Amino acid sequence: MQVVKPKTGSCEREEQIWAWLADVPDPEIPVLSLVDLGIVRGVAISSDGVEVSVAPTYSGCPATEVIEQSIIAELQKNGVQNVSLKRVLSPPWTTDWISEVGRDKLRAYGIAPPEGSMSKRELTGIKRTVHCPRCGVDNTTLVSEFGSTPCKASYKCDECLEPFEYFKCI
Amino acid sequence: MLSPGIEQFRMNKEEALISYLLRLGDNALVLGQRLIEIVANGPELEEELANANIALDYLGQARMFYSYAGELEGNGRGEDDFAFLRDEHEFKNFLLVEQPNGNFADTIARQVLFDVFYRLQLDALILCSDERLAEIAAKSVKEILYHLRHGKQWLIRLGDGTEKSHQRITKSVQKFWRYTGEMLSGDELDDAMKKEWNGPDLKLLKDEWRKEVAVILNEATISLPGEQWMAAGGKQGHHTEHFGYLIAEMQYMQRAYPGASW
Repeated sequence: MQVVKPKTGSCEREEQIWAWLADVPDPEIPVLSLVDLGIVRGVAISSDGVEVSVAPTYSGCPATEVIEQSIIAELQKNGVQNVSLKRVLSPPWTTDWISEVGRDKLRAYGIAPPEGSMSKRELTGIKRTVHCPRCGVDNTTLVSEFGSTPCKASYKCDECLEPFEYFKCI
Repeated sequence: MLSPGIEQFRMNKEEALISYLLRLGDNALVLGQRLIEIVANGPELEEELANANIALDYLGQARMFYSYAGELEGNGRGEDDFAFLRDEHEFKNFLLVEQPNGNFADTIARQVLFDVFYRLQLDALILCSDERLAEIAAKSVKEILYHLRHGKQWLIRLGDGTEKSHQRITKSVQKFWRYTGEMLSGDELDDAMKKEWNGPDLKLLKDEWRKEVAVILNEATISLPGEQWMAAGGKQGHHTEHFGYLIAEMQYMQRAYPGASW
């Protein structure tokens, strides 16, 4: 069966807005866009303007407010005047929301993407395998559970000896 | 006999929720503030980062609890008003979280004893009948699980480490044990929360907490402290002498320059 897309109307406009948002970088990991990161949950268009729903990553992440401002700035730059934002808590953001494209971008940037899927076992279990983003081997050692931003842990590769960051899986 | 205040929140379901949200916010804010005090004093770079990141999560959680409490209250009070414009007796955090950082073993012991409880509390709150609180709990519990993973590893490493580290962490656990009682015994507000909003059952939580803490201490080769006198009062706003100093520093800017913002 062929799915027929409406040619005009809000759907096309919505796609355009998603495309613009795909150009807005995350302020702390600029190689990822907000869409790659999976924090844009929805775009709603009404006669009052555009409402973008955003899910915060970490409760205390200082980037949350910068992200909201950059969404408004990007849409205004493209001529959308009335932009409002809605913070969505449920379902909570997890690293499962990071797109495949986003994972590849992280790896190319030198940050190991989260491995596997979010689960309590991952959060509480001690053992986890992380691949070096440079040489790809899994012979790596955890240096610290925490890193330069709330979302990362610090590792080193025992093969190529490079230190690297791991986007922790929560 | 019940005091009029208690009678009132028994009757008012929404007020119970607001008070409970403030307690949650106070625990998160006060522990976050304690950890912020030692930023730039970490024993090594990795622990420095861990501490600052953990503190940040608590602050973020406090903001979510306070903002929601302010919205429900409807008097125009927001997160900053709750944090900066209330006095000592108006904070209802546990005595445990306001205890000074002490040495590294003290900081870790306080952290683990609290986080084991807080994780269980948040897990139970995911099932409460208030949708927004359940959402905040679901968001926060993931962060607390990550903290626990870090704190537990340290507690075990210190306990099962050198003679000196074992002595220190044992002393820390014993010192803070007396502040764990009030977390685990319910008062009128806990009862109201359970009855009106399907909140946590502290009797169940207490058993789970004891079980989980016993496993950790056992692995850390620390003996489980025995039955003893328990300090209480934090949940009613009666704090230890350390608390005044904490909020004096935290609220300094708003006291010196009322209404200042940036």
